[in-house]
Amino acid sequence: MMTVLDTARRARDRRLQAGAQYAQGKRVDRENATALLEAVIRSGDRVCLEGDNQKQADLLAVSLAAMDSNKVHDLHMVQSGVVLPEHLDVFERGIARRLDYAYSGPQSTRIAQLLFGGKIELGAVHTYLELFARYYIDLTPQVALIAAVSADRHGNLYTGPNTEDTPAIAEATAFKDGVVIAQVNEIVDTLPRVDIPGDWVNFVIESGTPFYVEPLFTRDPAAISETQILTAMLAIKGIYAPYGVARLNHGIGFNTAAIELLLPTYGERLGLKGKVASHWALNPHPTLIPAIESGWVKQIHSFGSEVGMEPYIRARSDVYFTGPDGSLRSNRAFCQVAGLYACDMFIGSTLQIDLQGNSSTVTADRVAGFGGAPNMGSDARGRRHPSKPWLQAGKEADPGGPAPLRRGRKLVVQIGETFGDRNAPMFVEHLDALKLAEKLDLDLAPVMLYGDDVTHIVTEEGIANLLLCRDADEREHAVRGVAGFTEIGRGRDAGMVQRLRTRGVIRRPEDLGIDPLDADRRLLSARSIKDLVRWSGNLYEPPSRFRNW
Amino acid sequence: MEHLNYHHVALSRAKGSKRQAIVGVVASGNLEVLVERTLPDTECEVNIRTAVAGFGDIWKAVVADFVERRSPGGLKLSVNDGGARPDMVALRLSQAVRAVGEQS
Repeated sequence: MMTVLDTARRARDRRLQAGAQYAQGKRVDRENATALLEAVIRSGDRVCLEGDNQKQADLLAVSLAAMDSNKVHDLHMVQSGVVLPEHLDVFERGIARRLDYAYSGPQSTRIAQLLFGGKIELGAVHTYLELFARYYIDLTPQVALIAAVSADRHGNLYTGPNTEDTPAIAEATAFKDGVVIAQVNEIVDTLPRVDIPGDWVNFVIESGTPFYVEPLFTRDPAAISETQILTAMLAIKGIYAPYGVARLNHGIGFNTAAIELLLPTYGERLGLKGKVASHWALNPHPTLIPAIESGWVKQIHSFGSEVGMEPYIRARSDVYFTGPDGSLRSNRAFCQVAGLYACDMFIGSTLQIDLQGNSSTVTADRVAGFGGAPNMGSDARGRRHPSKPWLQAGKEADPGGPAPLRRGRKLVVQIGETFGDRNAPMFVEHLDALKLAEKLDLDLAPVMLYGDDVTHIVTEEGIANLLLCRDADEREHAVRGVAGFTEIGRGRDAGMVQRLRTRGVIRRPEDLGIDPLDADRRLLSARSIKDLVRWSGNLYEPPSRFRNW
Repeated sequence: MEHLNYHHVALSRAKGSKRQAIVGVVASGNLEVLVERTLPDTECEVNIRTAVAGFGDIWKAVVADFVERRSPGGLKLSVNDGGARPDMVALRLSQAVRAVGEQS
């Protein structure tokens, strides 16, 4: 008997045929969006709905949630972000059952409720790159619902500055007999540039309104505290300078925003310009504008764009990746790869750190995903090119090893104040993620960064260098030694901490020649959003919620 | 509103000659500290008014650490807390000692 090996292609042709009744060419009216989805999607399908921590295929999300669950049900949603209410409505309404994702911000509380209530069958909480990888191995979508700025009549797509996840999703689907449906703000005669070729795209819906983009990477300098400035000073003088970190990624917190704003002031004073922070895997953070304008930054590749930064990016093409049309070309998959393999440091915040340095943003009632942090914040074991910071970190971890065979280490830095919002301690005996795993019977607790990847922890009390710890006990006391007045910090053995300090495992501000009283807001190169606009030569156009003048 | 009061023996008299100073602001997540040079040279007193109850142990540790590090002999510090975190409290107390340490 002959094995039939083109069933998926035939199935796709039937789906396309079923959808064709709602289309003129590739074009489908938005009124028919739900009918199209009901015709094309089959119960049990894996569906990738585009949406991450920034851009959202919002019209398609609404249309999907409006489907009749008698017609289509038991979908397996594979998607970067669970962000919009509709992303969870599909589970509540019985349209979808299983979920594999990477990030959840505003919906983290509701996701927890649906998980506890058994409405969602959870596959795993991935890192972005890991989820994209699975689109090509065992989670290939039958249907992808994507978003672009504009399309032409052939279905070619222009994604604008927010290309983000689209190429990774569209390629996995289009080349494995899936159906690709795009929502676009408008259909035009000629595109500024082609980001997705038309022959990958089967249906195009004109939404009439721009797809939603969250300005997630905008931090108002006015909200940066003196303690955050102190942690930034410690990081710059205690890590950026001694390792000479030129290639890096920053998280989105206020501590790293403070570092960005301190480069042209404090960093300049330390003589670090040209020596550190020149090559970035980073979204277009507005708080990096003063450093860019002061000549610190050579180039930046971005996962996505940032609302209001477009005109500035266009005018600074030496720094950003831009297309022939002049606008930013972002690409989350490539930027995640860049962050993993070509950066020597990741520095970011978290909500909880345990005694071995494991960290997570999952708490008892909030199942946040991690997005890119676990990828940026992990040592790339496949890396083979040397660099000074990487080699130096490797040497600190294994001083006795033979140099030509000794792996380097990526610097993975957690930075924050010892107490967070509502005085919740950042240091805990056991991560809430463990309790959650137990409650949901998960094989793996949702840990953001594993302790054996974390190299440094920075708080207002000082820097713990975990590379220099030789056993679990030293590691625990290095953590306790920077945990301030939290229960973990107060549980320290003072003698042990003092010995670690003598060896440079723990470094206090005074050990680095930093007076905490110098942590002053006047050190910030911009102290308000308005200052950032001025620095940008009035090119930065902040979203209205950040304008207070 | 919780009232906390801590008395400590300080190793030495706080520098400077100013009689009093105020640092910080009363705002959410922030705090104001009034410092007055009214006590004998080896004594220090910290009074705290806070809307957030149940953090007595942490306040006690913060104040003890502050006295050890800054040796604020002769000073009475009154803290008006807007729900600030310990790191902010420690910073403001130190700033208060510096402010009163200037020459009047």
